[in-house]
Amino acid sequence: MGHGFSTLFYKEVLRFWKVASQTVAAPVLTSLLYLLIFSHVLEGHVRIHGIAYTAFLIPGLVMMSVLQNAFANSSSSLIQSKVTGNIVFVLLPPISYFEFFLAYVLASVVRGIVVGAGVLLATFWFAPLGFAEPAWILAFALMGGAILGSLGVIAGIWADKFDQLAAFQNFLIMPLTFLSGVFYSIKSLPPFWQELSRWNPVFYMIDGFRHGFFGVSDASPWLSLAVVGGCLVLLTVFTLNLLKRGYKLRA
Amino acid sequence: MSAAIRIQQVSKCFGSTQALDRVDLEVAAGEFFGLLGPNGAGKTTLISALAGLVRADSGSLCVMGHDVQADYRAARRHLGVVPQELVFDPFFTVRESLKIQSGYFGIRDNDAWIDEILENLGLTSKANANMRMLSGGMKRRVLVAQALVHRPPVIVLDEPTAGVDVELRQTLWAFIRRLNEAGHTIVLTTHYLDEAESLCGRIAMLQAGRVVALDTTARLLLRFSSHTLRLRSRGEMPADLASGAAQSGGWWSFPFDDFTEVEPLLAKIRAAGCRIDDLEIGKPDLEEVFIRVMQGQAETPAN
Repeated sequence: MGHGFSTLFYKEVLRFWKVASQTVAAPVLTSLLYLLIFSHVLEGHVRIHGIAYTAFLIPGLVMMSVLQNAFANSSSSLIQSKVTGNIVFVLLPPISYFEFFLAYVLASVVRGIVVGAGVLLATFWFAPLGFAEPAWILAFALMGGAILGSLGVIAGIWADKFDQLAAFQNFLIMPLTFLSGVFYSIKSLPPFWQELSRWNPVFYMIDGFRHGFFGVSDASPWLSLAVVGGCLVLLTVFTLNLLKRGYKLRA
Repeated sequence: MSAAIRIQQVSKCFGSTQALDRVDLEVAAGEFFGLLGPNGAGKTTLISALAGLVRADSGSLCVMGHDVQADYRAARRHLGVVPQELVFDPFFTVRESLKIQSGYFGIRDNDAWIDEILENLGLTSKANANMRMLSGGMKRRVLVAQALVHRPPVIVLDEPTAGVDVELRQTLWAFIRRLNEAGHTIVLTTHYLDEAESLCGRIAMLQAGRVVALDTTARLLLRFSSHTLRLRSRGEMPADLASGAAQSGGWWSFPFDDFTEVEPLLAKIRAAGCRIDDLEIGKPDLEEVFIRVMQGQAETPAN
């Protein structure tokens, strides 16, 4: 991996860091509001897997932030570059499609982790959190961030206009993340919805991530690891193929 | 002389539009080469294909001997492109943009060269200004600077002076001329034919994706343009003279190739009893060449 790759990665990180109030502070605040509202309503009424509701909710919110911000980073960077035309600055240099992919996805993971850590920092003192099996926490945060970062690359390349990207975000990413067990255990759902949730890969990201905190989860973390790992491999192959063909970037 | 750019039988379609039609072109190292043509002729598509922004449907393109697809890393390292659109990254300052661009080309610690480019383009005072704060002309200079960070031996400028003031044009051309004298190959597209005429040693004209003229600037001028004797006169112009001339706004224009033709011409006019009120001699110009080539008066180029 050459200096071209590391520069592109650095530039992508710098890009969101320069507007951190919008890209980091704002999503942290949003998650904090979710926590305040939901814990106010449900704390003391609901326990899941024997865990108080607020404690249960925090890892879900953290992971949701990781995922949504990883997606937002690569997708918004690419669509902005395409619409303004400055995408040529990264298309003219000798950067391979693989380096291109890796730089955008890794920067997305960094943004996701930074926001996720911010949410954790802002919320962990609301409820006692265990860090039962931290390796799972890290593994799912990294893989989930990479998957959504990769989806962001696809969406950013596919969309020609901002409203197309917004559609991708509102009609695919948002439902998948909200209906994944961030706010509840899928075991509390009616059988049909429970079964449907098991087809949502984001469910396994949230569930596996939460397992790292409490050591209990809806699904086995190994199953989650297999599903999430499989998704990551598939998406990586798919995205690399798009980039190799120059889809919408090199006519 | 080895070829800095070699384009062989390159075709490209966008849907049903044939943007490039079996283009053959070779630019020798060290040349100052002009690529002319009306809007939509395929100039930008050709440059994009050279830069790897567009993939040719068929044919091959090489920069300094490196194929732009098979050996894209080397090809791109040898090529600097100033895009036509005024694009910039609003997140960064001028210096940051140039450092990042250097990094993309694998170059660290490029500050000395960056300072030199900034100086030459009159950008030193703007080095730490955010790109958003710059005027259009200043943004254009940064685009030129970005294309030069990796000291490419081949520099392509796609309409660099469109909508640019006189001062920048002169700064820009002085700098580009110096680069050319230092051995850089320059390829230029422009709609300002006087610029092309004074700068370019050789010119290709594109029309509807095809090369319709390709020669040295001097030979193109000689072939498709001539000197003109223009005069305003009182009295009846003899019919045999009038038939070889064009008339507009009280001025007669007589094309001629050799100055020995001027005196006999004037003698005939005098003999016919015309009195000359005003007179001037026009040099051959590229605009006339351009118009005549575009009207299809050129022979098929040797490709």
